[in-house]
Parts: sequence; structure tokens; C-alpha cells
Amino acid sequence: MKRGHLLALVIIAVASMVIISTVGDASSYVSFKEAKDIAEDGSSKKIHVVGQLKKNIQGEVVGVVPSSDRLSVSFVMVDQENVEQQVYYNEPMPSDLLISEQVVVVGNYKNDLFVADKILLKCPSKYEEEEIKV
Amino acid sequence: MIHFFAGHLGHFFSILTFVSAVICFFSFYKHQASVEENQYWRKLGFWSFLVHSVGVIGVVTTLYYIIANHYFEYHYAYSHSSKDLPFYYMISAFWEGQEGSFLLWMFWHVVIGFFLVGKKTIQRSAFMAVFMAVQAFLSSMILGVVLFNFKLGSSPFLLLRDVLEAPIFQINPDFIPEDGSGLNPLLQNYWMVIHPPTLFLGFALVLVPFAFCISGLWKANYTGWIKEALPWTLVASMVLGVGIIMGAYWAYETLSFGGYWNWDPVENAVYIPWLILVASYHLMIVFQKKKTGMKAAVVLTISSFILILYSTFLTRSGILGNASVHSFTDLGLSGQLLCYLLLFLAISVWVSWKSWSKLPSTEKESSTYSGEFWVFIGATVLGLMAFQVLIPTSIPVFNEIAQSMGFDSNMAPPADQVEFYTKFQLWFAVAIVLLSATGQVLWWKRVDSKNLKSVFYWPVLSTLIVTAVVLMVGRVTDPIYIIIITSSIYAISANGGVAIRLMKLNPKLSGGAITHIAVALMLIGILTSSGYSNIVSMNNTGMLLVKDAPDEINKENVLLWFNEPRQMAGYELTYKGAKVIAEGIDDYVEYDKLVFFNDKTIAVAKEEIVKGDEVVFSKGDTVEVKSENTYYEVEYSNSRGKTFQLYPRAQINPEMGGLLASPDIRRAAFSDLYTHISMVSDPEGEIEWSDPREQKIKKGERFFVNDYVAVLESVGTVEYIPDVKILPGDITIQAVIRVSAKEDHFIKPVYIIRDNLVGRIADQSRNIGLKIVLKKILPEEDSFIIETQTTQKDFIIMKAIEKPLINILWLGTLLMVVGFVIAIRRRFLLLE
Repeated sequence: MKRGHLLALVIIAVASMVIISTVGDASSYVSFKEAKDIAEDGSSKKIHVVGQLKKNIQGEVVGVVPSSDRLSVSFVMVDQENVEQQVYYNEPMPSDLLISEQVVVVGNYKNDLFVADKILLKCPSKYEEEEIKV
Repeated sequence: MIHFFAGHLGHFFSILTFVSAVICFFSFYKHQASVEENQYWRKLGFWSFLVHSVGVIGVVTTLYYIIANHYFEYHYAYSHSSKDLPFYYMISAFWEGQEGSFLLWMFWHVVIGFFLVGKKTIQRSAFMAVFMAVQAFLSSMILGVVLFNFKLGSSPFLLLRDVLEAPIFQINPDFIPEDGSGLNPLLQNYWMVIHPPTLFLGFALVLVPFAFCISGLWKANYTGWIKEALPWTLVASMVLGVGIIMGAYWAYETLSFGGYWNWDPVENAVYIPWLILVASYHLMIVFQKKKTGMKAAVVLTISSFILILYSTFLTRSGILGNASVHSFTDLGLSGQLLCYLLLFLAISVWVSWKSWSKLPSTEKESSTYSGEFWVFIGATVLGLMAFQVLIPTSIPVFNEIAQSMGFDSNMAPPADQVEFYTKFQLWFAVAIVLLSATGQVLWWKRVDSKNLKSVFYWPVLSTLIVTAVVLMVGRVTDPIYIIIITSSIYAISANGGVAIRLMKLNPKLSGGAITHIAVALMLIGILTSSGYSNIVSMNNTGMLLVKDAPDEINKENVLLWFNEPRQMAGYELTYKGAKVIAEGIDDYVEYDKLVFFNDKTIAVAKEEIVKGDEVVFSKGDTVEVKSENTYYEVEYSNSRGKTFQLYPRAQINPEMGGLLASPDIRRAAFSDLYTHISMVSDPEGEIEWSDPREQKIKKGERFFVNDYVAVLESVGTVEYIPDVKILPGDITIQAVIRVSAKEDHFIKPVYIIRDNLVGRIADQSRNIGLKIVLKKILPEEDSFIIETQTTQKDFIIMKAIEKPLINILWLGTLLMVVGFVIAIRRRFLLLE
């Protein structure tokens, strides 16, 4: 076999490996229920869940409890299928958590607790002006 | 009054820019197609290029004029600038928006075009036709014209009232806001003044090799284009590379994710074309030397430009959505961007398809002992390296495509991007440094199986010796790190040997070897600063809040109360309070010594403020505060008694989502100490005080407030109260209360009687969380009633990271520029 063909084979092999690993390592957007199923199957894969903080009838955020040393925070999140879940985040509470419109948590279940490694917040006016201040 | 003229002028220039670009393209197209070299079309092309330049400069000047003169009736000025913005940040405001950044890109095309438009050949006219086609499309992005319900471009000259539907405009259509909404505070950094222009110059430069390639194939000049494209490819690689590193350095200094590279899609979007560009350069020189690899060179040259368009599409179409924190917001241009991307892709594929069979190729394989072979392999690795980043970065695009075809796709980017990309890029990088050395050695020497040993004897031997020393001194045990260090040292010694030999022979040839040394140095710097980065503030003493929470989790942050030292990894840390920088003296002033008014940039000094021995502000002086940053002083002292202060800063900006923290970095030759704030006591900027509590106190008698011992020291009249004008006939009584924390704090509430009415002016200390009002004076009992309100003591939560030998990375970057400059000079000299 020629060296050129060998090189082509190696390139194809590496490229397919890249694609396969991307599919394998890619996370996914799921609901809490699916996330729980994944964890119960014994997988510790980190997934994305999109939702909002739990609010009471008056529209106030409830269930956000920073730890006593303030180095972590726990909050109740409602996913898009209206399932409530307690989420634990091992970082100080992000200052814009309470005003966020949408929360994406990246992490996995540890027993009945969802442990978030990363939180992405979508805030009402981030990077765009809303209304004119008169 | 609305300044209509500026907007009309801007619109006129935008249209002029677009029309002249189209005419210029058409003229050069006609000239290259003319059989008897019709000079008329070439001249028209040349003149319309000049008109186009005037147009672009006109648009730029008008837009800048609108921003600089605070014409807030214009949406662009309103949404990207504000009155208090210093002039150098107004330049950044210019390109904060999409339209401005397109303008910047076009401006660089014009500048580059001046170097290339003059040559009077058919071949160059074909080049200019390709060049101007791209420019015409870019010009249309800022047109803002609606044609058959299709919005072509987005104009930066729109009035605010035409963009926003605010009720105020129904009442008063001529309403002009007093102030703009300001520049994103994170962009108020000097790197943001020079990083975007550098990056866009890089973008603009990538067009040059692309246009040489396409026009070469188109005019059947299948190999001649490479020589002309070579120096420009190098310039583009250098500028784009420097632009990327500048962005990384900005992130390191300004954002608080704890490093300089986060594998964010926006970062990846420029990294990918840069890798391909560098690969294409290497294939071009292989072809120059051995006349092989032409097809690959064509494919990569075209890909680098298409990937620039793709990166523009990714970051500006809003498709990244949740995947990235700093992409532009969608301006409704995504359709247009996608059209351009697909159109240029189609043209490129068509042109190369047509000439594919005519491209030179050899059946003869190059020898394993030849430099070209290894350079070719290196370019292949660079291509795969780019491919590995491209695929995961495109996940949002795959989702979009799948959904448009009716499939349900919920793929998300890898949860830990840094870990995911690193595990691949690491090995590609190792391969690159190894190949860069081997390729370089073989490139300059005729080698066969006989002298192979002697050629590699010194590089390998010196690598072994130096590596052994480094591994021992650095106590490196991780096998992966050992591989990285060994291969980098091999690259340095092999390239170093070549560089020394070439320096003696002809220094002009040494650019490649020097650049390769620089890349190896950068890899070492990345390894030490990231691989050995050490979270100094790591602790596991925190109590877990939730009983199910995993207990192996360590806390990476540490909480510091005001003036209470804490031990942390060899340091004693003390938070010394919040400060601001005062205008005029350029020094930190304690927050507690100032009384702020509504405007957070103006305050009054509560007491004398000294710098050294000099009194810089007397009591009652107005203090102008520089920017909206608050600085949190943290004192570090190590076991040897050495003390230094760091001032990590944060902006309290509710509109931007509360707390925007930026680190402070203690730079030392061997290690950076990076510290950033994660949380402060009052992230909303408002202090939450407890319910007031009344207390009866007597002069000289000790009492307790907020767990501190306090004493009423003295009572007397006062001539000056911040924020209150004392009129003749007023009776003022000031109580001086000494509160003993670690050090003494004096709180001075005032009781004021004017025309038989009583006023009470509270005084507070944020540091110890105490606010006191002098409520009543009881002369018959010789005592006073005070009302105290408390809040939690001032605190910060911070994270500290050590980044060893990060300077090797920056040093490598500088050396890389040196290498590039040498190589660029040589390639331009070869052209003449």
C-alpha cells in the first residue's frame, strides 16, 4: 500500500473518532424526569436542564437558600414539564439568579439531589437595552 | 433638536459605499474579461475603488461623529455610548454593535485594497473582482434598505424613535434621551480598544490569499497565485494569531472565569480559521519547493476564508443562543449572512471543481527523509485539530438543521468544555511541536538513511539532558505532562539548532525556526499555567447545607469578613474594605469615608483623606469617583512576613445582572496570583438594614452595638455636615461614638434644630455594618437616646488561583511575532 493511502486512512480514522467522540461526549437538553432516568441507569453523564426558578402566586421566587457560609446555594427549579426539583450549586449564589428569566443547569443527579456544575442564566436585559429611561 | 443631517449624510455614504463597490466589482470583472486589455474598465475600477474608500471613510467618520457628539436621538449612539464615557472607550463603543464591527472589517479591506489595486494586469483585475465582490456584500450589511419585504442590512444611522416603540415617542416624537445606556462595562478595558481592530484586520487579511487563489484558478494561472499569496497568508496568520491572544489576555484580565481560554464557541470560531490558515501556508511552501500538494493548498486556502464567514455567521446570527455568553444579539441578518456563506461556498466549490483536473499533481511520493513530507503531515494535523473544534462548536447548527427537517434534536455542547477540548487538542499540539521540529531540521538539510543519526544526534541528546533537568527540578510526575514537556523541549532544541545555523548563514531565513520555538514555548506556558494552576482558596471546612449533597465537594471560594484574617495555603488573608478610585489623585479611597449621592460618580468626603502625608481632600470636598468600579482590598501576607495588597474589582450593575467581577493579578516572574470576587455583601448596591433598636446611653459609658463595645466619646456642635447646608440660627449637635472592632471606628450622627423643627442625620459604617441615629436628647437625665440599625458585617467571597510560569506563554507570543516578521519580510522581498 502506498503511503498516501495510508495517510488518507489515518485521516479518515481520526476524523471519525472526532465525530464519534463528539456525539458521545455531547451533552443533551432533557427534563428532570429524563435526567433522573439517566442517573438511575447508572450513568453519571452531565446533562442540561432548562427551566425557571420556582415562584409563588405573587410571583416571588421561593426556595432559594444560600448555605450558612454562603459558599454554595440550593434552589428549587421547575423544568419545562413543570416538574419541581431541588438543585444544589457548589459556588456562591450568582448575583443575577433571582432576577433570571430562564435558568439552564448543567450537571447530574446524586441520589435525589440535582447537583449543578454550571449555571447559565438568561436575564431580562442582559446586553440589550429594554426601555428608555426618561 | 434632532440632528437629521448627520443621519442623512451617513445614509448617503452607506449607499455610495455599496453602489461604488458594485461598480468597482463590475469594472474589474469587465477588464479581466476584455480581450485587448481595455484600459477604460481598469481605470473605472480604480476610480470607483477610490470613491468606495471615500464612502467607507465617510460612513465611519459620520458614525463616530454621532457617537462622539452624544447624538442620543440615534439608536446606535444611545445603545452603545453614554456621556461619561472617555474618548478612548467611545472608539470601543463604535464597534460594540454589529454594524460598527462590519464597518471596521470593511475599513480594513479598503486599507488592504490600496496596496493591491494599483497593479495593471488582467490577473490583478480578476483578483480585484473577487475582492470587491466580498466587499460589496459586506457593504450591503449596513445598508438598511427594505426591498420587497426583505430587509437588506441594518443601518447604524436609524433614529431611536424608529427602532424602539416607547410610549414617550407618541407624546413627543422629538424626544431625545438625556444620556445613552452606555457601553457594556466589561468592554471598558484598554484591550477592547485594540483587540477588535486587530482581529478584524486579521479577518480582512484572510480575504487576500482567498482572492489570489480563486482568481488564479479562474484565470487558469494555476500555480502563479501561490507566490503572491504567500506573504499575505503570513501577515494574516500573524495578525489573526495576535488578535486571538489579545482576546485571551483581555479575558484573563477582565472576565472572572479564572483563565484566558474557555473554549467558548466565540473563541473557537476564530481559532478554527486560524489553524487552517497556518496549515494552508505550510502547504503553499511545500508546493513552492517540491511542486506537490497543490490541491490540498487550494482546499485549505479556500476553507480558511469560508470558515471566517462561517464564524461570522455563528457569532452574529444568534444561533449560538444559550451556548455562548458573548455572541452578538440577532439583528435579523442571519438569513443574509447564511446566503453569503452559501454563495461564496458555492462559487469556491464551482471554481475549484472546474480547474481540479488541471491542478498539478505528482504521482511520485515524497521521501520520508524530506522536510516536505513532514510539513505536509504537520499541515494535516493542523487541519484535523481545527476539525476537532469545528464539529462540537457546530452542535447548535446541527440542532437547527435537524429541527428544520422535522427531527427532534436536543444535543447540547459538552458539559465540561475545557476538559473535552483539552483531551484532544493536547495530543494534536504534541504532534504539532514534534513535527515542527523534525520538519524544520529535514527542510534545511539533505538527509538520507546514512546521515540521519548525525543530523538528529544533537537535538535528541540536548533534549534528553534538558528534559531530565527540568523534570527533576520541576518534580513533574504526570506522564502526560512529561510527554508535553519532552516534545516541547525537543522542538526548542531542534528548531534552536536550525535557527543558530541559519543566523550564521542568512538571518532572513530564520523566521520559521523562531516561530516554531515560540509555539513550543507557548505550549509549555499553557501547560504550566493551566495544568499546574492551583486554586489557593480551596477549602473543605464549609458545612454542607443539604444533607444529600455530595461530601467530596470542595469549596473553591473563601469567605472573608472585614478585618478578620484567615489562613489560606501559606498566606494570611485580610479583607480591608471596599474602595473606589478618586479622580485627580489616582488612589484608592475607602468607601466608608465618602457619602454618595444618587449619581454614583460624585461623593462628598466625610473626613480628611490623605495620600502619604498630604491631605488630598478635606472634609466636605467633592470627590469625583473614577468609573463605576468598586475595589475590594485584600491584604496577603506570607509566612516570611512579606505583605502585598490586591484590589479585585466589581461593578454593581443591576441592568447587567448584578455583580460584574474582574480579577486583580499579582504578577511575578515565576507565577501569577489571580484573585477575583465571587460575591459581596450588597450585590444590589442597596444595604438591607435591620429594624431600628433604641438604646439609652450616657457620655463615657460603655454599651454594646452589633456585638461591638462602643462608647459615647463627646457631644458638640458641628460646622459641616455632608449633603446638608447649615443655615445661621440652626442648632447642631453631633455625637461622636467610638466603636471598638479590631480598630476604632467613629460614628457621628447629627441632631439639628431649625425653626423649632428637628432633623436627624444618621451616620453609618459599612465596614462594621452599623448605622446610628441620634434620636432624642434628655438634658435632665444627662443622657441620649440613639437608634441603631445593623446589617451583616462587610464581607467578600473570593477565589484565588496561582498560575505558574504564565509569562512563558506571553513571552512565546512575542517571540512568535518576531519570527513572523522575519518570515514576512523575506516573502515580500521574494516577490520583488
